[in-house]
Amino acid sequence: MIKLDSKIPKGPIADKWSNYKTSLRLVSPANKKKLDIIVVGSGLSGASSASALGELGYNVKVFCFQDSPRRAHSVAAQGGINAAKNYKNDGDSVHRLFYDMIKGGDFRAREANVYRASEVSNYVIDHFTALGVPFARDYGGMLDTRSFGGVQVSRTFYAKGQTGQQCLLGTYSSLSRQIAKGTVKMYERRDMLDVVIIDGKARGIITRNLLTGETERHSAHAVVLATGGYGTVFYLSTLALGSNASAAWAAHKKGALFANPSFIQIHPTSIPVLNDYQSKLTLMSESLRNDGRVWVPKEKDEKRHPNQIPEAERDYYLERRYPAFGNLVPRDVASRAAKERCDAGYGVGDTGLSVYLDFKDAINKQGKKAIEDKYGNLFEMYLKITGINPYEEPMRIYPAGHYTMGGLWVDYNLMTTIPGLYSVGESNFSDHGANRLGASSLMQCSGDGYFILPYTISDYLADEIRTPLIRTDHDEFDKAEKAAKERIDRLMAVNGKQTVTSFHKRLGKILWDHCGMVRTEEGLKKGIEMIDQLEDEFWKEVKVPATAGEYNQELEKAIRVADFFEVGRLMCQDALDRNESCGAHFREEFQTEQGEAKRNDAEYAHVSAYEYTGNRQREILHKEPLVFENVELKERSYK
Amino acid sequence: MEFKLKIWRQKNASVKGKFENYTLKDVSAEMSFLQMLDYLNQQIIESGGEPVHFEHDCREGICGSCGLYINGRPHGPITHTTTCELHMREFKDHTTIVIEPWRSKAFPVIKDLVVDRSAFEKVIQAGGFVNANTGSTQEANNIPINKKISDRAFDAAVCIGCGACVAACKNSSAMLFVSAKVSQYALMPQGKVEAKERVENMVAKMDEVGFGFCSNTYACEYDCPKGISVEFIAQMNREFFSAKVCKSKK
Repeated sequence: MIKLDSKIPKGPIADKWSNYKTSLRLVSPANKKKLDIIVVGSGLSGASSASALGELGYNVKVFCFQDSPRRAHSVAAQGGINAAKNYKNDGDSVHRLFYDMIKGGDFRAREANVYRASEVSNYVIDHFTALGVPFARDYGGMLDTRSFGGVQVSRTFYAKGQTGQQCLLGTYSSLSRQIAKGTVKMYERRDMLDVVIIDGKARGIITRNLLTGETERHSAHAVVLATGGYGTVFYLSTLALGSNASAAWAAHKKGALFANPSFIQIHPTSIPVLNDYQSKLTLMSESLRNDGRVWVPKEKDEKRHPNQIPEAERDYYLERRYPAFGNLVPRDVASRAAKERCDAGYGVGDTGLSVYLDFKDAINKQGKKAIEDKYGNLFEMYLKITGINPYEEPMRIYPAGHYTMGGLWVDYNLMTTIPGLYSVGESNFSDHGANRLGASSLMQCSGDGYFILPYTISDYLADEIRTPLIRTDHDEFDKAEKAAKERIDRLMAVNGKQTVTSFHKRLGKILWDHCGMVRTEEGLKKGIEMIDQLEDEFWKEVKVPATAGEYNQELEKAIRVADFFEVGRLMCQDALDRNESCGAHFREEFQTEQGEAKRNDAEYAHVSAYEYTGNRQREILHKEPLVFENVELKERSYK
Repeated sequence: MEFKLKIWRQKNASVKGKFENYTLKDVSAEMSFLQMLDYLNQQIIESGGEPVHFEHDCREGICGSCGLYINGRPHGPITHTTTCELHMREFKDHTTIVIEPWRSKAFPVIKDLVVDRSAFEKVIQAGGFVNANTGSTQEANNIPINKKISDRAFDAAVCIGCGACVAACKNSSAMLFVSAKVSQYALMPQGKVEAKERVENMVAKMDEVGFGFCSNTYACEYDCPKGISVEFIAQMNREFFSAKVCKSKK
C-alpha cells in the first residue's frame, strides 16, 4: 500500500530549504565516481540536472530522442524566465514571487516547493548570465525585465522572443562541456520504453535505439526523468511533435503515482487552426499581451476588416471584465474569456474561433521600432505562418493546449513514489498548482536541475556507495526488455488499414471537446467511453509499416499514441473526481455568478495522486492534503 | 494544387539511394511544406508503402531538426525561413518539387532525407561553452555589458544548428556555424577569458571532423534561416589570427 509522504521539512517557510540543505547527507568525491545516474530527457531540466551532476563527479548517462540534446522543446519557450531580483525596485521579493505562483496556481500547489522554486530563481539568472546567455539589457548594461500575466511587477528576464532557446543553449553548452570531460555520456536517438526496478529501487531503463530498432539495457544507481509534458495528447498543441508521455507513463505503470493529470494549461495566444491538415499550433508569446490589446467586435457576425471597425464598436473584453490586470490576466482566465466570446458568437475569422490581438495603439505610442525590438521574431513568425502582417493589422489568436501542470507525483526531494526514481521540470507536478504563470516554467526547470536535485539526490545516494555497478543481466532487466519487445511486436502485428496519426487526431479531438477548457460530468463520462472505443479500434485497425528492427518513425509514433489513450482516460477520470473548478480545470457545474472558477477548499484542497492498477481499471486515488500556513485561501480575483 | 515530387529515397547508410517520383493531388495552399509531406506519407502508408523519413520536431522554426534541400536550396525558396515554416502557397501549382537531404561528407545520410549531424556536436564539445561551474557565479548585474555588444552576441547566438550553412556551401564548410558560437562568447566578457583557446580548439575540431574550407561565397549567409551574418566569420578569423599570434610570442 502506497503512503504519500511529502517530506516537507519543518520550520518557517523562508528557512525550510536552507536548513534542510545543510541536513542532507553528502557523497565524497571518491565515491561519486563509482555512482551512475541516468537522466532521461535533455531539455532545460534534464540538461541542467546532468551538467550539475556531472560537474559534481557522478557518472551520468543522458538520453534523448532527438539527434541532439539542443533540440529539446524547451528551445521553443519564447517570452521569458522569472526571478525575484527586484531590479525594477517595484516591490518584488522571493515572498511575492511565491505568493503570485500560489495564487496563480489557484491554491493547488505545495507551499514549500513553490517557495523553494522562488528562492532559487535568482541563482538561475546569475548562472545563465555566467554561462554567456545574452539576455536583453538596458542602455546602462544592466539586465532588462518585462511583465507577464497574473503579476503586477516586472520580473521576467528575456532574450527577445527566444528566451527558451537562449536558456536551453546555455544549458546545452554546460552539458556539452561535461560530455567533453567524460562525466556525461550522451545517448541520442533513444526512446525510453520502461524503467527497471530491482528490490523496490529504480535501477535502470530499457531504451529503443531509434536508428537500429534494437532494445537496449542501461543501469544506474538512480534514474531521473526529465521528460517534459504530455500536451501532445490533444494532437494539436503548441508542443513539438515528438513530445510524449511514454517515459513518465512507463514509470506510472511501474508504481510511480501520477498527480493532477487533468491540470493542463490551455494557452490563450496561439495562432488559430487554419486547415484540416494542421499538425501543430504555434504559440504567440504571452509577452505580447504587455503591449497587445485583445478584442472582438461588439456586433455578432461582423464582416468588416478589423482595421475598419471603429474604436467604439470594439469590445476589449479583458479590460472590461478585469480592469485591475486587463490584458495581463493569467492564462486560464484569458483562455476561458476568449472561448466565452467565441461561443457567444463574437469570434472572428472564417471559423469564428479566434479573437484579435491588436498592436495599433502600442505602435502609435512607442513607434514601430520599439515594438520590433521587443517582438520582432514573433511578428515575423506570425507573418510566415498566416501571410498577414501584424504591424498592419491585428493578429488573430485562439487558445491551444500547451503545458501540463500535472505529472509524476514527487516529494520535496523531487523523488517519485519509486525509491531512486526522480522527476524534474515539467514531467513532475510540483510547482504550478492548477495553473502555471508565464515565464515560471524555464525558471522551475533550471532551478530543479541546477540547484535542487544535486542536493537531494546525494542524500539518497549516500546509502548507495556500497552498491556495486548494477548488472544488466539481472532478471528484472530480462523481464522488462521482454515485455517492451512484446508490446512492439503486438503493435506491428495489428497490420490494419489506418495510420497512427489518424488515431491520434481523433483522440485529440475527443479530449479537446470533453476534457479541454470547459468540462462537465456528462461530457467527461462520454469522453471516457469514446476513448475506450477508439483504443479498441486502434489495436484492431492501426497500420505500422515496415519492421521493428530498423529506423521506423511510424512505430515511434504508434508507441506514443498507444500510451496517450491511457493518459487521456486518466485525465478525464481526474477531472471527474475533482468536483470543483480551479485554475485550468473548469467544471461548468462549479462557477461563480460572474462565470469564474469556484473552488471547494473544504473538500478539494489536495493533490490527487493516482495509482495504476491495470489498463481500463479504475486507478486508486490517493490524496495529499495541501496545508496553507503562509497564505490565506481566497477567491482568486484579477478584477 | 497538384505537384510532382522528386524525393530522394535511401533505405539506410550502406545502400545506394535514388530519386522516386510521386504525384500529389489536392494540396492546399495553406499547408506547410511538412504538412504536405505528412499528407504524402499518409497516402503512401494507406497504399502499403514505406513513408518518407524526414526530421522535424517543433515545427515553428526554432529546434533546427528539419532541413531539406528543396529545389536546389537549403530550406527551400524563401529567405530566412526554415523548412517547417515554409508554406505551399510559395510554390507554383502544377510544378515539380525536388527534395533531397543535406549533401555533405560531414553529414552522411541515415535514411531518405535524414542525415547525421553529430559532427556539429563534436565541434561544440571542443569549446562551445564557458567554463563556469554551477554555484560558482557572481550576481548577474555585477557584469554590466554594453547593450550593443550584448545584442550583437544575441544575433550570433540565434543559430539553430540546422546545418543549412554547410548544405549551402560548395565546400561543405561549417564556418558560419562555428563562427556564430565563437563570436557570441568572444563578444561577451564571460567568454573572453577563454576566447583564444576556444577558437583554436573549435577550428581544429571543425577541420578534423571533415568540414571544408571557406572560400567566401557567402552562400551560407544567404541560406541561413536565421540570417546570421558572415561578419561573424570575419570575427572568427580575427580571433583565430590573434590567438595564433599570441601563441607564437610565448
